[in-house]
Amino acid sequence: MAFLQVENIQKSFGRTEVLKNISFTMEKGEVLSMIGSSGSGKTTLLRCLNFLEKPGSGRIILNNEVLFDGADKMSRRSSEIRKKRLHFGLVFQNFNLFPQYTALKNVMLARELLAKEQPDYKQNKAAIHRQIREEAMHLLDQMGLADKMNHYPHQLSGGQCQRVAIARALNLQPDILCFDEPTSALDPELTGEVLKVIRELADKNTTMIIVTHEMAFARDVASKVIFMDDGLICEMGTPQEVFGNPSQERTRQFLGNYANSL
Amino acid sequence: MNQIAEQFPVVFDALNVGFLQTLKLFFVTLLGALPLGLIIAFGSMTRIWPIRIITRMFVGIIRGTPLMIQLLIFYYFPGLVLKQNIWGSGEAGRFFAASIAFIINYACYFSEIYRGGIQGIPVGQEEAGLVLGMKPRQIFFKVKLMQMIKRIVPPISNEVITLVKDTSLSRIIALQELIWAGQAFMKGSRGISGAIWPLFFTGVYYLVWNGLVSFGLGRLEKKLDYFR
Repeated sequence: MAFLQVENIQKSFGRTEVLKNISFTMEKGEVLSMIGSSGSGKTTLLRCLNFLEKPGSGRIILNNEVLFDGADKMSRRSSEIRKKRLHFGLVFQNFNLFPQYTALKNVMLARELLAKEQPDYKQNKAAIHRQIREEAMHLLDQMGLADKMNHYPHQLSGGQCQRVAIARALNLQPDILCFDEPTSALDPELTGEVLKVIRELADKNTTMIIVTHEMAFARDVASKVIFMDDGLICEMGTPQEVFGNPSQERTRQFLGNYANSL
Repeated sequence: MNQIAEQFPVVFDALNVGFLQTLKLFFVTLLGALPLGLIIAFGSMTRIWPIRIITRMFVGIIRGTPLMIQLLIFYYFPGLVLKQNIWGSGEAGRFFAASIAFIINYACYFSEIYRGGIQGIPVGQEEAGLVLGMKPRQIFFKVKLMQMIKRIVPPISNEVITLVKDTSLSRIIALQELIWAGQAFMKGSRGISGAIWPLFFTGVYYLVWNGLVSFGLGRLEKKLDYFR
């Protein structure tokens, strides 16, 4: 069985069917790029995986555990969903950092709150907090932000904010880290530093799903590419297959728009 | 002028007593209305529609009618119509009734400010919290609350400054606050009668107190400038 199995996911907003029967699989350590024009359903699919949207039907199976089953009412409950969410991390297009906290605190906060649920929290409080702090500092250091730990989001550039957001997501050690157009809100000259960080994560075999409009990046970083169109997976394959020799006319048409950057 | 100088110590003393009652009403109102407003705000935002409708109607009625009428109704209605004096007698009873009327009135105004403050926070903040595995309570207290406070301090400041002056409305049920104390010297009190200047002089108290309140709230606003 594949590490992640997405089966027949369907999602409608009102009468508009945004996702029509989406199925794909991915393995641990793989990087999956999702491309397609705006409104094709990429972001909605990512939001379904993170349970920000509830699919109308279908199943999501991770590591042999059924995280979501549209036919099973239990798996749709919010209390169930909170824990299952932690299998996935999500980096947003507009970062969504918490403005009132420093970069370091942004990275630590969720871990600190989760730590309170540990049975040994009261006895080992100081040690637990020290460890969370050290790990968060280490992550920010990896992101090249060692000197920005005590800065507030408004004191950071967009690229720096996005790297804090990546550290924040990584700190919960998700099985799969998802990126929703991570560079779309950035000035062109700032996208490079974010893409570089994601590339480094790929080199360390971090399992990732990346929704992006940076075609060259999608091609170079991914081991698998999905091209979505109108709520359907139009084409799926290795970067060589999808970018080099697309089988669908629609894919060729879409990639034609990016001919200059590929 | 000489006469005023002569009367001043007596008047000053009496006005201070009245001002103390004004201050008491001011702080009791804030202490009650600030948290109650938050509860009403949640009521007006809940997904349970009957509660939402009732809360919004209540807020609409309170905000749509004069505080002076509310004071009169709160104070007299239980005794005159229901034949039940729930407030107790004397000055303590008047203070109790005035406090409740002020708390409910101001809580309704605060609730609308809170609602705006909460609804103005981008959805992304909640979603970021959810994705990070936070519980709804944690998202409210750890993520949204501080951002809400920052947003509401300026409009709340306006209301608080209005409250300083609105406390004088409790004169209508003869609460012995600052205006009442100043007015007493017109009819005659402590050997002074026919003096109108004490009533005018109460304005200085409101002015000074408002100056202090504005200064404090301005400082708070500055303090919250550390994030955007």
